[in-house]
Amino acid sequence: MTPLLETRELGRAFGALQAVAGVNLAVQPMELRAVIGPNGAGKTTLFHLISGLLAPTSGRVIFRGDDVTALAAPARCRRGISRTFQITSIFPELSVLENVRVAVQLKAGDNFRLLGGRSVLEASEQRARDSLRLLGLIDRADELASTLPHGDQRLLEIAMAVAQEPELLLLDEPTQGLSPEDTVATVGVIRQVARERKLTIILVEHDMDVVFDLADRISVLHFGQLIAEGTAAEVRANADVQKAYLGGLD
Amino acid sequence: MANVLEQLLNALALAGLLFLVSAGLSLVFGILRVVNFAHGVFYMLGAYLGFTTVALSGWFWPALLVVPPVVGAIGALLESSTLRFIYRRPPIYQLLLTFGLALILEESIRVLYGPTAKGVDPPPLLQGAIDLGGVLYPRYRLFLVVLGCTVGVAVWLFLRKTRAGLVIRAVAQNSEMADCLGADVVRVRTLVFGAACALAGLGGVAAAPMTTAYLGMGIGVIVDAFVVVVIGGLGSIGGSMAGEEE
Repeated sequence: MTPLLETRELGRAFGALQAVAGVNLAVQPMELRAVIGPNGAGKTTLFHLISGLLAPTSGRVIFRGDDVTALAAPARCRRGISRTFQITSIFPELSVLENVRVAVQLKAGDNFRLLGGRSVLEASEQRARDSLRLLGLIDRADELASTLPHGDQRLLEIAMAVAQEPELLLLDEPTQGLSPEDTVATVGVIRQVARERKLTIILVEHDMDVVFDLADRISVLHFGQLIAEGTAAEVRANADVQKAYLGGLD
Repeated sequence: MANVLEQLLNALALAGLLFLVSAGLSLVFGILRVVNFAHGVFYMLGAYLGFTTVALSGWFWPALLVVPPVVGAIGALLESSTLRFIYRRPPIYQLLLTFGLALILEESIRVLYGPTAKGVDPPPLLQGAIDLGGVLYPRYRLFLVVLGCTVGVAVWLFLRKTRAGLVIRAVAQNSEMADCLGADVVRVRTLVFGAACALAGLGGVAAAPMTTAYLGMGIGVIVDAFVVVVIGGLGSIGGSMAGEEE
């Protein structure tokens, strides 16, 4: 099977610091892949490289067989890569529904035609509502986004990405800052979303319980390099991974 | 009592004009993060182009319809050929650029139209005064009150109810994120700048019968508009409406 997303010798240097170095990933359609690693391992940089927020200094990104390395974030979004951020990124002064609707509209583009926009508006509103229903936020659709509790704001962010109907969804620490109960709930929601929307998901996460619970396969980054890859059991048993997390690997 | 009513109406008529200018100024600041010193000149340009249109056609109403899009197009063209390239620079660059644009446009108008003010007649329907319970009040000023309110409501509905309005509000709140989600922020900026200039142009056409079209009207109005925008909150259209009341 051809992978949905591939990175080939992907690297990014910031001056002398090689944040990501020679990473080769291959993520299959409908796979749920976790990227883990100690702090500063380059996980978020890798996400920026895949979503197009940062340009790589070496290597390539291949999506659905096409080389998308040269494309910026909006263009990759239109091709089917949506993402969330480590720090909650919503539009605080828009309503919950408007947040999701604007995500739909921005991906669709063509928002400045003067006439004939009515049906498009209704279609995007419908998609936004579907997504909110899936994430369990439909009852709060008309509230201002800034008034939602933190856990719901994280879900709103996922709702925005899901409403864009991507093929590949990148989740950057979706449970960060959540209480244990909220974390369990969010994990459940992510699994349900993946199943219902037949999504391929790459997830960066610190919480190992979440990772081992959700992921089909796990990739371990350490100092910007991929040091292990496999199922939860394989990664857990890997000596290099154990050393990296205990701080012994240099 | 009559005096109070007259003063109140005068204030509202002036507020109507000022709203057309300050709404655009505020919108441009909200979306582009640029304090646009050239904004007043687009108001002046509207007044002069209004004069020309009335002189050519002999009618006032066409000017009100034709001039704003023309001023808007000129604004959009200037944004995409100059301002677009310096958004990432410190604000002083944008201040200098818009100030330079203001000087160039003002001098161009002086060269084209000469130094004397150009009077514009209000349409026959709005000439003369109307009796408001003992107070004789110029009809044209009442029209300005209505125009300001109408455009205010229209802008508000546009921002609240349309797809483009939602995109504009989103970009104003967080342009980087909107960009990530796929917004073509470059295009949004040009369109908003053009729309803001069109509003200023409309203000200029509407002002011409009351104030005449004269050099320096741009500088005069921009100072007042800055006061309005700062009181109402930079980047807030609602604030810009409330700010008029001061």
